[in-house]
Amino acid sequence: MLDIKNLHAGVEGREILRGITLRIEAGEVHAIMGPNGSGKSTLAQVLAGVDTYQVSGQVLYDGQDLLAMTPEERAVAGIFLAFQYPVEIPGVGNLYFLRTALNAVRKQRGLEELDAMDFLELAKERMALVEMDPSFMNRSVNVDFSGGEKKRNEIFQMAILEPRLAILDETDSGLDIDALRTVAAGVNALRSKDRALLVITHYQRLLDYIVPDRVHVMANGRIEQSGDKDLALQLEKHGYGSYEQAAMGPGAKT
Amino acid sequence: MSTDNARIRELSSQAYKYGFVSDLESDAAPRGLNEDVIRLISAKKNEPQWLLDWRLKAFRHWLTMREPSWQNVHYEPIDYQDIIYYSAPKPKTPGPKSLDEVDPQLREMFGKLGISLAEQERLTGVAVDAVVDSVSVATTFKHKLAEVGVIFCSFSEAVQNHPELVRKYLGSVVPYSDNFFATLNSAVFSDGSFCYVPKGVRCPMELSTYFRINAADTGQFERTLIVAEEGAYVSYLEGCTAPMRDNNQLHAAVVELVALDNAQIKYATVQNWYPGDAQGRGGIFNFVTKRGKCAGAHSKISWTQVETGSAITWKYPGVILQGDYSVGEFYSVALTANYQQADTGTKMIHIGRHTRSTILSKGISAGHGQNTYRGLVKIQKGATGARNHTQCDSLLLGSQCGAHTFPYVEVKNPSAQVEHEASTSKISDEQLFYCRQRGIREEDAVPMIVNGFCREVLKELPMEFAVEAQKLLGVSLEGCVG
Repeated sequence: MLDIKNLHAGVEGREILRGITLRIEAGEVHAIMGPNGSGKSTLAQVLAGVDTYQVSGQVLYDGQDLLAMTPEERAVAGIFLAFQYPVEIPGVGNLYFLRTALNAVRKQRGLEELDAMDFLELAKERMALVEMDPSFMNRSVNVDFSGGEKKRNEIFQMAILEPRLAILDETDSGLDIDALRTVAAGVNALRSKDRALLVITHYQRLLDYIVPDRVHVMANGRIEQSGDKDLALQLEKHGYGSYEQAAMGPGAKT
Repeated sequence: MSTDNARIRELSSQAYKYGFVSDLESDAAPRGLNEDVIRLISAKKNEPQWLLDWRLKAFRHWLTMREPSWQNVHYEPIDYQDIIYYSAPKPKTPGPKSLDEVDPQLREMFGKLGISLAEQERLTGVAVDAVVDSVSVATTFKHKLAEVGVIFCSFSEAVQNHPELVRKYLGSVVPYSDNFFATLNSAVFSDGSFCYVPKGVRCPMELSTYFRINAADTGQFERTLIVAEEGAYVSYLEGCTAPMRDNNQLHAAVVELVALDNAQIKYATVQNWYPGDAQGRGGIFNFVTKRGKCAGAHSKISWTQVETGSAITWKYPGVILQGDYSVGEFYSVALTANYQQADTGTKMIHIGRHTRSTILSKGISAGHGQNTYRGLVKIQKGATGARNHTQCDSLLLGSQCGAHTFPYVEVKNPSAQVEHEASTSKISDEQLFYCRQRGIREEDAVPMIVNGFCREVLKELPMEFAVEAQKLLGVSLEGCVG
């Protein structure tokens, strides 16, 4: 589904991704772990289409050249990013925003747009997945939401938009243990053989609940090691220190 | 009623079907302004002597006045002798001439907005007093309103049928000598709307006036007077459109509202006069004086305005809070795109005890637009316990536009509480990216974010107006994005 080959990305001459190669198939869950500043979030943003990076390399999504697509084209094609820092949009109702998004996507896919009543039904059903209070429907997008509420809202949006490839960028950060369980349960409910997940996290904790098929360790803009879910447990025990040192070895930029 | 409706439909569909400049044969005064023109206007309207005298008094005073220059707008001097001050469509209109006169873009825009007289009139329960050029052509629902004692008619009709009311209240809020443009209006006003709601009556429907400037080079000088007697309630909607002209056209209207004890008047405006083209050519000069007087205790006047049109907007709908415990409100959205300029705000004059006012202003600047909020909050000596809260928010789109805020506060009573908050923001790249990542294109995301920015004001509008205003904001922003 997603085939990343030798992906580089930088800002103002500073290289952040230094040759990422990664292949994700439909139905798989991949976790990317790594210390702060290793480039995890940059990878998520580049895949979603943030245009502030100079990018080279190749990314094929269902055989299409992903890097040539606009962010909204990627969304229509089924790519969803759960933001690490969800953005506030004052005065725009959460539900209104999401219906606009869903209908924009549906329209591009040649599907009929949902009217307000049908959408409300869908929203109620999906809100239950993340145990979100219905009062959030008419509040402005992310305005005065707590950190945990914002993250729930991201997963709620994912449940509505039903992406094929969902990238969760540190969705666990800022969540207490109960919220983490709820959000993870919501994510697990959305796992399917047609849908791939790329879970970016700093801590192993999330992976107790969202169990990955593959785990990749990222440091200094590269994937240093890949393995199965046990790799995450080792990391929990030993930390990222050895990877950072390895990456900082001879020839590495500081 | 049905004949009135048919008449409106006939005229309006004609206007839209055959282009926005409807070929109504005009009955016009000669170009320029002097006492003879004023006498002609007054005679055409069969006015009583006192009204002619009032007009002449205003005109003589106007000759001694100078056009104001303090506002933060720039334009070529207006030649007041090059304007036709009176133009009335003749009752039988001949066939149209050509479509070519009209810019297809403009017609497309009105099509997108879906607003036409016919549609306004179809909206259930909305009574329309249609003003085409200077004469009110037809008034609908008049009879239904008459049943509860509400008078809603053209200003000219009011002068004929209710001269005692007009004489009592005309100029009682905006005196003939008030300011350059109001004084000019007092001398030459041609028509407008009149509404009187008697004691204890809640007006059973939203009242609406739909203005249009149609004939070329015709200044439009409307005069609206609304009186709500003790305990009365009325909600009034005013919508404005104008056809495209190369020359700037002057629009200098006056609106006066009077609310007696426990009365409430809500006045909403959606203004989309022609703003000029993308290079700043053409467009309406909108110099308007709007003021309400809360004459009675516990009375309330609310102004809500959505200003997206006009090359220049100069207006400060205010409230004189004379009655104790009276309340004044001002909710405003002003959008300037391309080369539009707006200098707008409000005046809240607190005279009575425990009077309260709220000001909420949202300014949006795009392109080369310049947007100025100018507001006065004045607490007079006797206004014990007066309170004001002012919030001015500005949103900038792009780097060529400007937002300016000039709040004036005068407090002469130490018990007063006056609060002012202001903010300036931009639509952030993060907000746009968030929308785009969810599949919403940038050109759809920007109007959505702008509408969100204005939501607190838009929710003050009656439903059908709020929908129109939202569409209008979207249309006005087209071409300003990206």
